[in-house]
Amino acid sequence: MDTGFTLSWIDYAIMIVYFVFVLGIGWALKRHMKTANAFLEAGRAMPAWVAGLAFISTNLGALEVMGMTGSGAKYGMLTTHFYWIGAIPAMVFLALFMMPFYYGSKARSVPEYLKLRFDEKTRGLNAILFAVMTILASGISMYALAILMERVLEWNFHLSLVLSAAIVLGYTYLGGLSSAIYNEVLQFFIIVFGLLPIVILCLMDLGGWSGMKEQLAPIVSAKGFAPDTWTTTWKYTGTASANPMGVEWYGIFAGLGFVLSFGYWCTNFLIVQRAMSAESPTAARNTPLIGALPKMFIPFLIIVPGIAALVLLNKQGSGFTLPEIAPGQYNYDYTIIALLKQYLPAGVLGLGITALLASFMSGMAGNVSAFNTVWTYDIYQSYIRPVTGNKDADDRHYLTVGRMATVFGVVVSIAAAYLASLFGNIMDFLQTIFSMINAPLFAVIFLGMFWKRTTGHGAFIGLLSGFFVALLHHGLTSPLGAATLVKGGWIYHAYVYPVEMAQNFWTAIFAFTTASIVTVALSMITKQLKTDDDLKGLVYSLTPKFREEHVRWYYRSSTLAIFVLAIAGLLTILFW
Amino acid sequence: MGIDIKFPIGLMFTILGLLITIFGIMTNTDVPMYSRSLGININLWSGAGMLVFGIIMLVFSYLTSKAKK
Repeated sequence: MDTGFTLSWIDYAIMIVYFVFVLGIGWALKRHMKTANAFLEAGRAMPAWVAGLAFISTNLGALEVMGMTGSGAKYGMLTTHFYWIGAIPAMVFLALFMMPFYYGSKARSVPEYLKLRFDEKTRGLNAILFAVMTILASGISMYALAILMERVLEWNFHLSLVLSAAIVLGYTYLGGLSSAIYNEVLQFFIIVFGLLPIVILCLMDLGGWSGMKEQLAPIVSAKGFAPDTWTTTWKYTGTASANPMGVEWYGIFAGLGFVLSFGYWCTNFLIVQRAMSAESPTAARNTPLIGALPKMFIPFLIIVPGIAALVLLNKQGSGFTLPEIAPGQYNYDYTIIALLKQYLPAGVLGLGITALLASFMSGMAGNVSAFNTVWTYDIYQSYIRPVTGNKDADDRHYLTVGRMATVFGVVVSIAAAYLASLFGNIMDFLQTIFSMINAPLFAVIFLGMFWKRTTGHGAFIGLLSGFFVALLHHGLTSPLGAATLVKGGWIYHAYVYPVEMAQNFWTAIFAFTTASIVTVALSMITKQLKTDDDLKGLVYSLTPKFREEHVRWYYRSSTLAIFVLAIAGLLTILFW
Repeated sequence: MGIDIKFPIGLMFTILGLLITIFGIMTNTDVPMYSRSLGININLWSGAGMLVFGIIMLVFSYLTSKAKK
């Protein structure tokens, strides 16, 4: 298939207006960036709605948009498990039970929380891993952007790479975390307005939801599933073979709903940083809850068009195709691009392309702004140049370091992007490693927050053993038909999962369980080096209960949480 | 921190909304162009939607700055 587009002047005009605003926001913030705190932590002054939208926007990178639309075609509404049972409960948990400690402890990052709660080595391990992974992720995001621009718009690969890096560097260097957050809010709205026309047009084209369902039935039956598998969520999860994800309900529940999602949403500093930038403890708690409200409806924006694409692919005369990897095997990553091309005339097309560009860049900016904080506070300040005590001079110094880290982060990202262009599998590899780090980290932070006996040694060894078991499980199992060792099975083929997703879920479950058991066991036999006084504000039982009686009832976290869970429950029942 | 984000959001969507709406009006008679979007002038609808959103944001931003004073 020809994936190319011809853009007209109006499309370019829309793009230019957007980028003028992106850089303009950075410029407007420049004069406020006088301290390291303002630059790296947004001065802890963000209103909850801004932090909340940035919170989900960071996660709504282009890889997510493209991936989830593709998953919509591959797995149908089952993909919503990533949202309604995955993200939402985790976000509610983060808000109610974890934010009070992250925010209240005055830690400036997740690694710093580990230092306060456990010890230096646990912080060091997490900080270094996080810094390396974040920069690699940023580079891969840039690579994906440049390759897309090359294939779709026929722009020069190197030029797109350098230009997008320059824009990201421009606004993050000028305005730091605030600039990244504000632009994420802008990006959120651009994505909604850019993708909404596709959703509306493809549903109208197929005769609405019921029309789409009707046309799906023969296609899905031909694949060997029940006719309504693609439009239901839990109905066919009784046995793994009855649904395209190849996972049973308890695998989804424990793997995705608990370990993977809690690991991602509750411990990933890239995400948590947004909530930590909020203006007050109440705002910090409400940030993930306010983010959860639009988050629940994102499946309709990106998964539903993917399902429609499956119908179009099989419909005579629709003219819709996807590029093929092998004969009869489509590259579903291109689903959203193909839909843009199918339905959008000049004008809204420019808006759609801008939305994709925006989500790529904010993904990069998010990574860079998390990297520079961890680098400055957790690595540079801890191991290279500690605070001197002269507050003003320190502040100026760390601001400069933060700025330099931003430049460094972008430059290394470009290098990582070229690395990714050399090794095609690096993205899969990185995602695999990320899931191995997050699950044990969640086990350790969770135990640390709710069990005051948890010790530093226990946490450190717990993290390492969780990671080790994840590696081992990955080395011993592989998804069906895996062609490369990156997908697993590099030690021995002990077990073959029907699909890759099932393997990922179980890797995380094993890692989490091991990390929990080891941390608990070692905490029992090692000495707790922290006194109860040290742990005040860091552990549940030693922290005064979060009070919100003074807050208006509709703005209380408890009210919002009930509201969020009720809507998520309702959506689940509607699409059962 | 420092700025009210509602203002740039409002301003940008007002500008983009106007741009796309005007483009939609200019191309309203271009039937082949809109055959893709099922014969609907999607630019006009999208542009109008963005314009309304932009203006609402600007109004909120104005109210915020007034309340602060």
